[in-house]
Amino acid sequence: MQLTVWTYEGPPHVGAMRVATGMKQLHYVLHAPQGDTYADLLFTMIERRDHRPPVTYTTFQARDLGKDTAELFQKSARDAFERFRPQAIIVGASCTAELIQDDPAGLAETMGLPCPVIPLELPSYSRKENWGASETFYQIVRALADKERRPPPAVGEAGPRRPLANILGPTALGFRHRDDVVEISRLLESLGISVNLVAPLGATPADLARLGEADFNICLYPEIAAQACGWLERTFRQKTVKTVPIGLNATREFVAEVCAAAGIIPPADLDMGRMGWWSRSIDSTYLTGKRVFIFGDGTHAVAAARVASEELGFKVVGLGCYNREFAREVRAAAEVYGVEPLITDDYLAVEEAIEAAAPELVLGTQMERHIAKRLRLPCAVISAPVHVQDFPARHSPQMGFEGANVLFDTWVHPLVMGLEEHLLTMFREDFEFSDAAGPSHLGHASAGAHAPVPAAAEQAAAAVALADAPTEAAEPGGWTAEALAELGKIPFFVRGKARRNTERYAAEHGVATITRETLYEAKAHYAR
Amino acid sequence: MPSSAGCDAPPVGADGILRERGQREVFCGLTGIIWLHRKIQDAFFLVVGSRTCAHLLQSAAGVMVFAEPRFGTAIIEEKDLAGLADANEELDRVVTRLLARRPDIRMLFLVGSCPSEVIKLDLSRAAQRLNSRFAPNCHVLNYSGSGIETTFTQGEDACLAALVPELAFTDAKQLMIVGSLPDIVEDQLTRLLTDLGIPTIVSLPARRAGAMPAIGPNTKYLLAQPFLADTGAALDKRGAVHLPSLFPFGAEGTTAWLHAAAQAFGISEERFAQVTAAPRERARKGLALYRDRLQGKRIFFMPDSQLEVPLARFLAGELGMELVEVGTPYLHKGHLIDEIAALPPGTLVSEGQDVEKQLDRVRAARPDLTVCGLGLANPLEKEGLSTKWAIELVFSPIHGYDQAGDLAELFARPLHRRDLLRV
Repeated sequence: MQLTVWTYEGPPHVGAMRVATGMKQLHYVLHAPQGDTYADLLFTMIERRDHRPPVTYTTFQARDLGKDTAELFQKSARDAFERFRPQAIIVGASCTAELIQDDPAGLAETMGLPCPVIPLELPSYSRKENWGASETFYQIVRALADKERRPPPAVGEAGPRRPLANILGPTALGFRHRDDVVEISRLLESLGISVNLVAPLGATPADLARLGEADFNICLYPEIAAQACGWLERTFRQKTVKTVPIGLNATREFVAEVCAAAGIIPPADLDMGRMGWWSRSIDSTYLTGKRVFIFGDGTHAVAAARVASEELGFKVVGLGCYNREFAREVRAAAEVYGVEPLITDDYLAVEEAIEAAAPELVLGTQMERHIAKRLRLPCAVISAPVHVQDFPARHSPQMGFEGANVLFDTWVHPLVMGLEEHLLTMFREDFEFSDAAGPSHLGHASAGAHAPVPAAAEQAAAAVALADAPTEAAEPGGWTAEALAELGKIPFFVRGKARRNTERYAAEHGVATITRETLYEAKAHYAR
Repeated sequence: MPSSAGCDAPPVGADGILRERGQREVFCGLTGIIWLHRKIQDAFFLVVGSRTCAHLLQSAAGVMVFAEPRFGTAIIEEKDLAGLADANEELDRVVTRLLARRPDIRMLFLVGSCPSEVIKLDLSRAAQRLNSRFAPNCHVLNYSGSGIETTFTQGEDACLAALVPELAFTDAKQLMIVGSLPDIVEDQLTRLLTDLGIPTIVSLPARRAGAMPAIGPNTKYLLAQPFLADTGAALDKRGAVHLPSLFPFGAEGTTAWLHAAAQAFGISEERFAQVTAAPRERARKGLALYRDRLQGKRIFFMPDSQLEVPLARFLAGELGMELVEVGTPYLHKGHLIDEIAALPPGTLVSEGQDVEKQLDRVRAARPDLTVCGLGLANPLEKEGLSTKWAIELVFSPIHGYDQAGDLAELFARPLHRRDLLRV
């Protein structure tokens, strides 16, 4: 048993729901107890979908268990077909139904429903959401792709045709999947490549029959599509484009890989967006060497690490993922950045690692957002699981060149905010920022308040110095008043460190009295 | 009158109640943990279940999950399914670790789920075993919040029913308010009852594990919530006496509820009128603001919390709304006898659900407002039907005189917004 409050991933049948809800004309008959319908609200509330997920639940209760839950399942499947008339049905069991061993697959097959019925085996006690989505998509592709179909001839009556690509992996409840698909489709269009099919998002079972008509596949989200792409590669000899186009450089590589797969020459005049210039502009200099901790699903975490390191000049001080299936990729990337990979689905372990790494920016999921809030660190969200605000109304891709623009703004924003916050706190003792002084734009307050406020600020500064003084003076080899005054001028957030360093330096060098000179000698010493 | 008498009107029982079975779009009882753990401030709720259970709690609890909440899930893994003895050892290990980490916890509920029940993991024995180890610092109890046993608010019923046998004995004359209420509401109602002259008033659950009330044959109890069937039975078994009444929603409901107590404790009518006159008037004023907006509007309740019947009574009786259908997951006729009698004659009350058929009825009736769960609300809005999401009615303070206006506002707001928007 694993004690948990937060789970990064839901059970595998939620992965299957993500595939089914992404598609059209597909229905999912799920053998599940009353209550499992809670998962509907992930789609209707978090993703704000305007229709119900295409899922029929058997919603069995205790009183059904003694009787024939198998019959209940068959009735639900029959009713669902009659009502929704889907092109295909997927059937499976949730965790509880897995235990009562009704075999939905076998039951559905014997019913002779007049549409393809695809059975799913999703082991709930050993696998999770992403695995469930991957397996479901793979089974659907295997069952529905027409093995006779092949790409049309390269040259037709109207001349040579454009290369055709499938975009595979986007689902319902995917982090920015909606906008990534738009962005990548546009990019392909600008390269002269047509999209044969996007799946599962927006596809019907009938559409999936046409998978073989593409020249190659783009594995946009390996967590969901890698398995299906492997099968398509073997079955149709379609190449798979494996670069995930998150970030400027990855998108450049993606373009090169796509063009190679399509047999075309990459255009020289590609619009690569603003990210590169934004990052080179001098305003971004202060981003250099910012310590960043990255956690999320494997694909987004690895991509983010590259963007952070190569394109923003951050220092990656932590890298990890919650989905074990991508541990190998994350380990390889962690080696590049010289950090210990963190493969865990225990948020407490992530919290510990973040505290230990002491980053200046956290890139993660909704959970890291809250950890960062608790630790008062700036944070941006790069991966599912996410809450409702990360299904925005505005166009907001992570992929492609526009995605790189979005990443720049999203990641730098909390830092600028962080800097502002620091500056405000740093000058809090200044008369203009003191709580006693009213807002400066309110003229009436300033006239009367001006005179006493500097005095108050001076008193505050003196109080700070005094507060430090007694403890220090009491110690053997204590601080001189002059040195203490100098210490008081150092911004509060590094003052503690300066004091510790100075005292350590004094101890190590046998300095009995800490003077202003000692302070600066220590500073020079530790700067080396 | 509202009539769903289309070509295939649903079969209604001899008692006028429509009973349906089929797909139910409802929460399981585990969801009750979300508000129960806020109420009992030193209790921890440990669900023994699957990743699905943990995911449900996380989805229902939203941001609460991040505030070191006093609930969690011991997720059953493949290795636990291999042998039951192993699962018990694992559970002991998890509980020991949990209590070592949270020494502030005085009461631990082991909460059963569908998976734990299907594999017949005996949580009552586990609770006894763990109780003998951790008493007196931590009291370990168990109940089931599984979907196969409980619907949404029934989780609270199961929890409180598990508490009742543990309560100490007293033969003191006292009034017990049963059902977890927001603290502010509990305080208001207790104050009114005290002002009436009832000397001892206790609440179940209490706010702390060590302060749970005692019980005995001289305890009279008022149910504050309509979903407490098993708790009521357990209280009866301890010799306590139920005071039947309307539930304290709206001015009338609250008055009737207080009146039941006043009568039972021999409070004079003069005194009752004196104490209740001012707050009652306040509630009426609060409601008057919304009467114009809600009068004559047609409302459809889909089943969710068992609050539906009393709320429908309030909306029809005090705000003049028309009831198209009042669905409830479970109807306890004994506890709701006054409520059903107070509904407008001919109101269609339905128990249980076949969600697709019920949605067909909603679409056919096109009510002004449909009360439903979060899985249905946005899809219905898209079809042009205004909705009020039901879960808010469980989380918001809605009982008593001073919340009567707020309660009306919850129903008026979606309609107001619909009229306001130009998008």
